[in-house]
Amino acid sequence: MLHHLNEQLATTPIPQLGHAVCENVSRRSFLAGTAAFVVAMQVVPAHAYKSYKHGGLGMPHGIVAKPHVFVSIDPDGTVTIVAHRSEMGTGSRTSIPMVIADEMEADWARVKIVQAEGDEPKYGNQDTDGSRSLRHHIQPARDIGASVRLMLEQAAAKLWKTDPSEVQAINHEVVHKTLGVRVGYGRLAKAAMGLPAPKRESLRHKTESEFRYIGKGTVRIVDLHDITTGKATYGADVRLPGMKYAVIARPPVVGGTIKKVDKAAALKVPGVERVEVIPTTGLGSKFKPLGGVAVVANSTWAAIQGRDALKIDWDPGPHGTYDTVAYEKTLRASARKPGTPHRNQGDAVKALKGAKKVFTREYYQPHMVHAAMEPPAALASFKDGRCEIWAPAQSPYAVRTDTAAYLGIKPDAVKVNVTLLGGGFGRKSKGDFATEAAFLSKLVGAPVRVQWTREDDIRHSFHHTTSVERIEIGLDAKNKPVAWRHRSAAPSFLSTFVPDKGVQHPIELGMGLEDMPFDIANVRAEQCKALAHTRVGWFRSVSHIPRAFAVQSIAAELATELGRDQKEMLLELIGPARKLDYKAMGLKKAMWNHGEPYDEFPFDTGRLRNVVELAAAKAGWGKTLPKGEALGIAGHRSFVTYVATVVRAKVDEKGNLSVPEVHVAVDCGFVANPERVRSQIQGACVFGMTAALFGGVTYEKGAVTQSNFHDYRMVRSNNYPRRVHAHVVEHPFAVHATGIGEPMVPPFIPALTNAIFNASGKRIRNLPIGDQLKA
Amino acid sequence: MATLKVNGVERKFDGDPNMPLLWYVRDELGLTGTKYGCGTGLCGACTVQVDGKAVKGCLTTVSEAAGKAVTTIEGLSKDGNHPVQIAWRELNVPQCGFCQAGQIMKASALLAENPKPKDQEILSGMQGNICRCGCYQRIVAAVRHASTGA
Repeated sequence: MLHHLNEQLATTPIPQLGHAVCENVSRRSFLAGTAAFVVAMQVVPAHAYKSYKHGGLGMPHGIVAKPHVFVSIDPDGTVTIVAHRSEMGTGSRTSIPMVIADEMEADWARVKIVQAEGDEPKYGNQDTDGSRSLRHHIQPARDIGASVRLMLEQAAAKLWKTDPSEVQAINHEVVHKTLGVRVGYGRLAKAAMGLPAPKRESLRHKTESEFRYIGKGTVRIVDLHDITTGKATYGADVRLPGMKYAVIARPPVVGGTIKKVDKAAALKVPGVERVEVIPTTGLGSKFKPLGGVAVVANSTWAAIQGRDALKIDWDPGPHGTYDTVAYEKTLRASARKPGTPHRNQGDAVKALKGAKKVFTREYYQPHMVHAAMEPPAALASFKDGRCEIWAPAQSPYAVRTDTAAYLGIKPDAVKVNVTLLGGGFGRKSKGDFATEAAFLSKLVGAPVRVQWTREDDIRHSFHHTTSVERIEIGLDAKNKPVAWRHRSAAPSFLSTFVPDKGVQHPIELGMGLEDMPFDIANVRAEQCKALAHTRVGWFRSVSHIPRAFAVQSIAAELATELGRDQKEMLLELIGPARKLDYKAMGLKKAMWNHGEPYDEFPFDTGRLRNVVELAAAKAGWGKTLPKGEALGIAGHRSFVTYVATVVRAKVDEKGNLSVPEVHVAVDCGFVANPERVRSQIQGACVFGMTAALFGGVTYEKGAVTQSNFHDYRMVRSNNYPRRVHAHVVEHPFAVHATGIGEPMVPPFIPALTNAIFNASGKRIRNLPIGDQLKA
Repeated sequence: MATLKVNGVERKFDGDPNMPLLWYVRDELGLTGTKYGCGTGLCGACTVQVDGKAVKGCLTTVSEAAGKAVTTIEGLSKDGNHPVQIAWRELNVPQCGFCQAGQIMKASALLAENPKPKDQEILSGMQGNICRCGCYQRIVAAVRHASTGA
């Protein structure tokens, strides 16, 4: 091969090179360059991939794909790439820069990652939420990388006084195709980065076979070493000289106010320096601090003790009677009455009346709390009218603008540095804890870190909604489903932003209610009024959790009712492979599609069928299992990703549950980082199992009953779902990358409860499972 | 005045002797690798070693550690290459990473006591350490890997 190429080289005319280059090319590097030349000749010329529209373009501040904003190169060749999305465990802080590095032919070992501060006008949207990071940023990342590569090639061509088509960037160097001479990125840095960004039409993206890191799963997360040595920096790990530590007593009931506070005992605690009141707020205050009484001390420990010593007389306010046992009844009553129809396909009311049989089930899911391992914590330093914040923020620009508004200063006077997030799950999209720190820093005139205790986190979070999902299926004389009516009653996260009318946001309606894919002639989806009595926020997978639980449970229940196999029933309900036509579904416009344009990201039931078949086949659906063990299946599309899960559950005579094996099939389009996709799949099963087994926050007299991990329990190493097998459908880049942070949670829960039913005969319709299996 | 050794360095502390080690190492010594997760000994994020035994830093006071050797994640090995740390990296265990220092401190103490634990011993030994991201499958595999190389 080499010989053949050398022959070619001998017959290729050699252009006149500039003196400067010859001076720089030693014999040794020239020989090494010949080896690189071999690689270069094997590379097939590539073209720009076909770009597609995506939801990122419509996000606040949209997409910024400017190479100079995201990439810089030092003279020593170090490539610095800006990570503008927050890292909470999905790996996006690694994966997006990895895509940039690959497209620019940078050697990952010579890449340094720096985290962007909250600055959306500069970086584009930074709201790390909704499983959007790769979905929205894989194309811009490729464009940025290809731009820098082209700029480096242009700079090298200029250096060698040759045409850019004669040179090619390969692994941190630009090589002259015919001469084999090379020049490193470091040497080209100044000239290359001084060039204007190329137009997109002029970019030559890599072909997929040229990818060095993308799709390989060989790049380890950038923080791996720091995490394993204790050097990684999270919200509570930044320290400033003279800083103070604060812990806050917040109203036990949202909207509660302070009647009287006795600070004396708190102020006597050694180390406690000040006790300050933060104005209280009620529902509809967005992400403003709840308010309360802050104890500021010279250590976290002193602040915690000081807070314990506070005596506060609270007025509970308008939500002081909130009781989730009573509220469950309210939700059920609401879901049993006609609600507001949002999808009206055919005539489900008439079809239900004419049905031979109506099969009705109700499913309940309680409030839940994110309970990230890192409770909210942030440091703020207010000085001379300006505020600098260090926070584990999912949406750092929102922290900046919200805090600025709260303090009455301009956003330009607030700087938000993003630390690593010790888990987010939607909680850290809300920056109230950073605003608290900023408020206190301004008040006490020193940097202040606010530390939420675990009790604060469980009690004062933005809780996941609670819901009743009631589904009625009308069957004809041949037991064919001819009507489907789904009524959803759940307080909305809208109530966190505006005065509550008890109605859900289109985002919530689009999560498994309006987009229900079953091939049934008459479908009606209604929402039923439900007023909020606590701060409702979004929680990993949001309304898909109760919807997948309901829809996938009733599908299995119907199979049992009709004596059918659950997987076959599910596939029959999904119907033939097709792209759902929202007009034919009785929707005036496309259902909320996780912000993605429907034409580019349609609901393809063929892909849903495929993952159901795949998970079932891998799990050995239909095989005989020992007594007390069984498989359960569920398939659901969320965050434009198709997931099917088969859980193997074991329930012993005493009702003890274990999950020896899980098979998850995922179709998330093109995969940039399969290793992190697998870790998300494994983790989501654990998250789903915690939600199913233990995930209930209850309220009495307006206040949360639970407080810490003894009564808000977590799945642990002694009961986690063992052996989670991840089966990821492989696609080329043309099949759009979708979301991966959330979509495996919703189907896990009904797959588990369906398996439990098959193993034990006990049907779980109310979450959490808790003691329901105990004999 | 309490005297104790932290990561091989002798320390004197004349503050509240009832301050938990967690807050002492974090706020007083700036060793922030040890994490606060629950404050009640339920999650293990604050796990440190006292005389080689894994303890919950939130439940162990400075006075209880007086005269003893405290090891935090920063002191587990000089170069960050304790076999457990290496195993954690080889198997790409962490997601968000927040609980991992506690997991590693627990796992390394476990292996010091029982160099070849059975799977069941790993599962029960690690159950005091919560990982909300759900890395258990890899945590257990990494403990096994550090123990046996398999």
